[in-house]
Amino acid sequence: MIKVTQLTKRYARTTAVDQISFEVEKGQIVGFLGPNGAGKTTTMRMLTCFLPPTSGTATVAGFDVLDQPLHVKRRIGYLPETPPIYPEMATSEYLEFVGKLKGLSGADVAKRVDYVCGRCAIADVKSKLLGKLSKGYRQRVGLAQAIIHNPDVLILDEPTAGLDPKQIIETRDLIKDLAGEHTIILSTHILPEVEQTCQQVIIIDKGKLVATDSVRNLRARARGAESVLVEVAGRDGRIEPALVQHKLEQVAGVNRVLCKEHVDSRAVFEVESHKGSFVRGDVARAIVQSGWDLNELRPAAMSLEEVFLQLTGNENVGQPETPVEVQA
Amino acid sequence: MRNVWIICRKELGSYFASPVAYILLIMFGLIFGFFFWNALGAFVFESIQSQMSGRSFPMNVNEWIIRPLLSNLTVINLFFIPLITMRLFAEEKRNGTIELLATSPIRDIEVIIGKWLASVVLYGCLLLFTALDFAFLFKYGSPDWKPLLVGYLGVFLLAGSLLALGTFVSSLTKNQIIAGAVTFAICLLLYVFGWVSGYETASWAKVFSYISVATHMESFEKGVLDSKDAIYFLTLIFLGLFFSARSLESLRWRS
Repeated sequence: MIKVTQLTKRYARTTAVDQISFEVEKGQIVGFLGPNGAGKTTTMRMLTCFLPPTSGTATVAGFDVLDQPLHVKRRIGYLPETPPIYPEMATSEYLEFVGKLKGLSGADVAKRVDYVCGRCAIADVKSKLLGKLSKGYRQRVGLAQAIIHNPDVLILDEPTAGLDPKQIIETRDLIKDLAGEHTIILSTHILPEVEQTCQQVIIIDKGKLVATDSVRNLRARARGAESVLVEVAGRDGRIEPALVQHKLEQVAGVNRVLCKEHVDSRAVFEVESHKGSFVRGDVARAIVQSGWDLNELRPAAMSLEEVFLQLTGNENVGQPETPVEVQA
Repeated sequence: MRNVWIICRKELGSYFASPVAYILLIMFGLIFGFFFWNALGAFVFESIQSQMSGRSFPMNVNEWIIRPLLSNLTVINLFFIPLITMRLFAEEKRNGTIELLATSPIRDIEVIIGKWLASVVLYGCLLLFTALDFAFLFKYGSPDWKPLLVGYLGVFLLAGSLLALGTFVSSLTKNQIIAGAVTFAICLLLYVFGWVSGYETASWAKVFSYISVATHMESFEKGVLDSKDAIYFLTLIFLGLFFSARSLESLRWRS
């Protein structure tokens, strides 16, 4: 549905986007991930024909953004970082205007306005002025205007920025809900968002493509081994972390044990096992048999956050000893 | 054409949804009303004087009231045109709604013409106030309506060209104050350029005087329709809209 080859955007002194290539299949939700200033917005603006690329090509539904912009624009719904609303307009008036602007016929406009109002849960503010709406409603009106002409492709620039947690969840659900009908690209610098909504991730940093893969692969790739978090407590009110660590290291299949936290009689360890060996039962048995209490035992899945920091070259948080190889 | 109309209607909606249009209408009505009252007072005073002194040369309403009023209108335009056009693009750029327009299946030129047309329509509404005043002249006197019509055409052409220039200036900035101030400066300069021909006969003065809008308004104010002047204004409109289109395009390459 979207095909980007060697896309580059250069400004007078800086290169905002540097030879990015990727493809997005029909019906997918793709997360466009990167720190602030990585070039996410610039890339999206090139896809929506707002900015012309310096070099490289991008096609949406088979139409080139530079040569056939009107065709591309007809097939794209775009929600910029700040919803493009006119504060002096009422919600329905605004949606009618956008609908007509996107080329809907007079009869269709009314139908679509009703439909998107229901879909984005903004029917109750239909006759209110946009300038008086809360941030959450504005964002949803922004989404409503993006889908009003039922576009093949939806491009959403930080759709959840500035919303409260409840609104964020609602917006994410809405986006997931829309995925069946539209191909969606959403940009964000919030990782859980990608984990929760997207099937595929495109990570860019400083204008360059760092990784493109499915969420699951990316996480698996970041760490070969599996690890569990174990919280152990001493029965007599104290605990000797070094002793526990030694004991745990003896368990078959365990690669490495790290003491992460030690407070009074409790200590938390991260137990890393070799790939493929299942150590949880043995670890639990070893602890109990040594006379300690096992308070908690859970898998320590590496969060995408850590993967991301590794990939974008920030090693403070990531695990330096498990380097990842990623194609550039 | 449909897109032009969509943009034009939205623009007019914005003018009339905010107090902008109403304040402009009221101020314009007051100012022009005063000029009218003033011209009428002078006319009545003069005619009484000439009757008392026994000289009975006929005083022409067209010459004594309509013509000076039309030239006053040119000056009032200088102040009102920037107020009308300053928000056209500057506000869209400030609000970020320019991104909506630029990513919609609509050509830049359609956006520009739509916006310009809306400003012309708003200006037309302002002119209705002047028509109200002139209606009194027709009620109590019998002025010749043909020169007045030509005069109106001139005022409309003048306004159209200044509005086109204002549209262009507004597309250059996201600051409405800057757009308004620059437009005012340009309008004023275009108006006063003609003054140099009063004392200077060199060729550069002729060029200045030719550029000036005041020069080209003269014949319209007299009620004479001169194609040369009409073409001058039409050219100005074309240039203003053309440069706006270039400006919007360059916005994409620069930003």
